[in-house]
Amino acid sequence: MTAAIVIDGVTKRFKIGGERFDSLKDRLIHLGRVPATEFWALKGIDLEIAQGETFGLLGHNGSGKSTLLKCVAGILQPTTGQVRTKGRMSALLELGAGFHPDLTGRENVELNGLLLGLDRKAIASRFDEILEFAGPEVTNAIDRQVKFYSSGMYVRLGFAVAVSIDPEILLVDEVLAVGDEAFQRKCLNRVKQLQRDGCTIVVVTHAADQVRQICDRAAVLDHGDLIVVGEPPVAIRTFREHLFATGRGDAVGDLLDDPSAVIDGEAPPSRRRTLKVKVRNVDVRHPGQPDRAYLCTGESLDVAITLETSEPIPGVNVGLGIRDVEGRMVWTSNTELLGTPTGPIDDVATVTYHFASIPLLDGGYSLHVGVVSVEDESVIYDWIDSMAGFEVLSTAQVFGQVDLPVRVDRT
Amino acid sequence: MAAPAVGDLADDFDDLHVRVISPRRGVLRRMADVYAARELLVALVRKELKVKYKDSALGFVWSMLNPALYLAVFYVVFSLFLKNGIPLFPIWLLSGLLVWNFFSMVLPTATGTVIANSSLVKKVSFPREVLPLAAVGAGMVHFCLQGLVLLGALAAFRHPVAPAYLWLVPIALLYLVLLTSALAVALSAMNVYVRDLQHLLELVLLGWFWMTPIVYPYRQVSDRLSVPSWAFLANPITPVVVVFQRSLYGTTTVNAGTLPLLPEWGSFTMLLPLLVGIVISLALLAAAIHLFGRLESSFAEEM
Repeated sequence: MTAAIVIDGVTKRFKIGGERFDSLKDRLIHLGRVPATEFWALKGIDLEIAQGETFGLLGHNGSGKSTLLKCVAGILQPTTGQVRTKGRMSALLELGAGFHPDLTGRENVELNGLLLGLDRKAIASRFDEILEFAGPEVTNAIDRQVKFYSSGMYVRLGFAVAVSIDPEILLVDEVLAVGDEAFQRKCLNRVKQLQRDGCTIVVVTHAADQVRQICDRAAVLDHGDLIVVGEPPVAIRTFREHLFATGRGDAVGDLLDDPSAVIDGEAPPSRRRTLKVKVRNVDVRHPGQPDRAYLCTGESLDVAITLETSEPIPGVNVGLGIRDVEGRMVWTSNTELLGTPTGPIDDVATVTYHFASIPLLDGGYSLHVGVVSVEDESVIYDWIDSMAGFEVLSTAQVFGQVDLPVRVDRT
Repeated sequence: MAAPAVGDLADDFDDLHVRVISPRRGVLRRMADVYAARELLVALVRKELKVKYKDSALGFVWSMLNPALYLAVFYVVFSLFLKNGIPLFPIWLLSGLLVWNFFSMVLPTATGTVIANSSLVKKVSFPREVLPLAAVGAGMVHFCLQGLVLLGALAAFRHPVAPAYLWLVPIALLYLVLLTSALAVALSAMNVYVRDLQHLLELVLLGWFWMTPIVYPYRQVSDRLSVPSWAFLANPITPVVVVFQRSLYGTTTVNAGTLPLLPEWGSFTMLLPLLVGIVISLALLAAAIHLFGRLESSFAEEM
């Protein structure tokens, strides 16, 4: 195994604060008393990322994760230390960043490809592929100036160019949340294909479930320090615990970072897990449509939670929560509230929630499972966020979150 | 996948294909980066020209109209009303002005390039020196177009050039481009920190223009004020201007020897300041790229 990215003692200092003196006049006037407020965005990062690895950089806002990514991309220069990278690199930091509004799509593809380090011959040979990926709407407008493009077309062409160079290293900064859903899926598929082809991918995110889904390893940054490097569960647990331990759980920015930690006022439970009973698996089944990856609004859904315990236990309370992509709780309950106690558990047991109908509309939903003691809810045996999820496709002509039974008449 | 410890992977990390991002990148490596991005440089030059003339009906003709108008106006004014004793004064003027136009149009544009392309600088990684260099490249295209006007005028007036000096023109041009590039690279980086550099530069260029023998002949000053020739040639633009005038205007004295214009140097004597200039410009370019590298480290946050 060889390294694709080696980060050696990288620090980055930003000068921030009140007034800026960037004209000669100002500099002369304020000579000798220019306030220099320093801020260390990175405080000495050592990290190695192997070839073919998908690596997550996790951290809340202001942790330095994006600064580190920009140093790897070569957009920012470290104050001290160095970053060494091996292989063709493409950064999805801002799609279409290099586009000039007055040039046509075709001219911008060439300019953007050159900015990414391709030569003109290589761009010409990939041009059709780029157009195909960007879609027919962009293809038809390729000889028009991009200032007449819609923002969606802009982004599609930007992504198409960025991935067309067959990068050996791909840097992603949460840009996949752009464009319409169909295009997002297309982008995600392309990234997954690159992943299979052995491309090294570095993803900056504050979404823990994304790290769990796609990353081989992850690092957690906090205020410019590298707190932990490890496999996703280790990193995510550290991320949540650290967030809680440093009392930042109620910061507004972190509401977005880690919804499960704050939205319903609960502490991240991982630090208090006893693991007397463990959640081994959460299995989502679509009983009506076993071979479809998604379900349609109104169809049934089974969630099977497999527990394992090392010693017999008289009973557990198994809770299930469904959250939407923004982390809002859509539905939650547990076996005690539902009046269906699990009874004694020994070795392995499966608790299945049968939903006769899911009246949710379009979107992805994640499942959160908690196993607590029957006697005392504060004794948490195990707790897993976003271990599984499901996708809903709505067919009705209604919009929003829930398909409410409706009838319209006129009197 | 097991977490590799720091140091495990770095062993085979010494070959040439490794890109190093560090504040201490040497001048030679930076130059190699710029050379590797030469196709990008050409594309940026084309972009600059396209954007400048997009949606304009005449396009590149605008570039040629400016010197053509100069020719016409100066012909009327100086040959009919204000006779200054220099026959075909417009051709004399344009041979020097061509050089100055390149220098004085490229420098302010190049100085603003890093700021003007801040969206690129903040989001894409590439050797940023190509931004000011692209302005130099665009200036060279304008220079060629304006040169065509001068050639047209030479042909129209059947004005003889000085063939023995013509071979100096490409060398003078090389020197001019190297010098302009060095200044462009340095100024574009400094302008990020001192934004009114562009205004200051305009003042400096105005003074500089009148210190260069373009409108007035070299000999008129050097003979009357007895300025030693080395002092005059310390103005780095003067050798280029004099070479252009000597080879394109063709004569050193006019009005039957009563009005001296240019020094009576042989072509090799005129080569010497150019060669010295080229050596100094190369050193300046290296220094400029070094300075650019130093200042570049905080470009993104200064913009």
